[in-house]
Amino acid sequence: MDSLLRELAPQVLGILTRRHGDFAACEDAVQEALLAAAVQWPESGVPDNPLGWLVTVASRQRIASWRSDSSRRRRELAVAAMEPGAGAVPGPAADDTLILMLLCCHPDLTTSSQVALTLRAVGGLSTAEIARALLVPEATVGQRISRAKQKLRAVRFELPEADQLPDRVIAVHRVLYLIYNEGYTASSGPSLYRADLTAEAIRLTRELHLLLPGDGETAGLLALMLLTEARRPARTSADGALVPLADQDRARWDAALITEGVDLITATLATAPVGPYQLQAAIAAVHDEARAAADTDWMQILVLYDHLALLMPGPMITLSRVVAVAMVHGPDAALAELDAAAPALDGHHRLHAVRAHLLDMAGEADAARDCYRLAARLTLSIPERRYLEARASA
Amino acid sequence: MLARENLVKYVILIYHNPASQRIWESFTAEQRTEGLREYAALNQALAESGEMIVSQSLADQALGRRVAVRDGQVLTTDAPLAETKEQLAGFYLVDCADLDRAVQIAAMVPEARAGLPGTGLVEVRPIMTYDLLGG
Repeated sequence: MDSLLRELAPQVLGILTRRHGDFAACEDAVQEALLAAAVQWPESGVPDNPLGWLVTVASRQRIASWRSDSSRRRRELAVAAMEPGAGAVPGPAADDTLILMLLCCHPDLTTSSQVALTLRAVGGLSTAEIARALLVPEATVGQRISRAKQKLRAVRFELPEADQLPDRVIAVHRVLYLIYNEGYTASSGPSLYRADLTAEAIRLTRELHLLLPGDGETAGLLALMLLTEARRPARTSADGALVPLADQDRARWDAALITEGVDLITATLATAPVGPYQLQAAIAAVHDEARAAADTDWMQILVLYDHLALLMPGPMITLSRVVAVAMVHGPDAALAELDAAAPALDGHHRLHAVRAHLLDMAGEADAARDCYRLAARLTLSIPERRYLEARASA
Repeated sequence: MLARENLVKYVILIYHNPASQRIWESFTAEQRTEGLREYAALNQALAESGEMIVSQSLADQALGRRVAVRDGQVLTTDAPLAETKEQLAGFYLVDCADLDRAVQIAAMVPEARAGLPGTGLVEVRPIMTYDLLGG
């Protein structure tokens, strides 16, 4: 029932906002309706028309809070700004969900507000659920959402101009990827709720892919998530320790997710203009298709990184590419490239981890140990620190 | 795994030392009220921006205990009352955009004006996470 409610949430919100304007008040009303459904449906059963039920309850809720609102005048002014344009034709529910996603990732909002609002308005999560997943207090999430809604007051509930659409969709990709990354944590530790975020990110990205089937980067992002998610069962050992890709038990990888991800990225690369998410998905696919770490086609991975470094230069890409160089041309060539790139990587916490790995490969055990120790001190990830400390004392 | 980006939280640690304690004690009532007002304004600004997670002032070290366990026995020692060294006086835990923003917030803590470069009384540290950056 939870998944049904989460699926219907953006549709209800789309219908309500289209009908009444005032996204902020409608969003509150939809949350109330979802809560009412979560309480009533288990007892009375799911209604024959769940969407209609939610729209009716949310509409009533909206009118009730309208009447009790002492600052009604202020609201009326806000509504006037939100009124659908005279020529606005009610579109299908699918359009509404896309408009909602774009609205929640509006460039005027801070990243953390975009994340919170997307999870609530599109994902149908409650403020409390979002707070648990992001490990912040409920009041903090509530504040981010109400602030975000205030900033969106003058924004019309409609698709942006066609020339703005690509950039706006890229902003949605970034938020979905961030939500995925936030959930990509160890399965032990105090962060169990966070795993929900990965599932939620994949669900929302699937939805975006259905809305924009021809968009290569949306498909690339979905493939990247699926191919990364496939390795989740093997990523940590029973005690929660990080298992690096080369040492993972590949029998525990999720074969169905790999097949889906590989098929999706293969079809996409053949038809759409290439982009950073597609290249990252292609790299993940090469890893996932290798039956053993030694079978990995590193030459192909290096070629993909060369493309990626051109499209999206940055320290993480440089460092990952250097690892591929080591696998193709040997650790000495990679260390030389790392030294050449070092000024631009100054202070990046993963520089030392990569250098340690390369020194290790080159057989320079003492120098590797020092580098591992330094890398362990400078990482922000507790499982990664454990891993690097273990390598330093190996 | 590649272009990974995560939301990072920061703790802002506020220290007191004998010198800063003397400055505070030399303040007039108005000056102290002004200092507290600055804190209240900072707390409100962080709550409104959605960046505040928690903030607390710590009671004096004299009210604390040092705890050690030897052979299964819990041994406690009263901390000395003498104000001979730096002590942790309070902290903010914030969820903000990046380190630059965390430094900006730290600069709004009144104690930041009492420190010297390199030995300042306000320190910003990122919080570690359980995020898996590799694999």
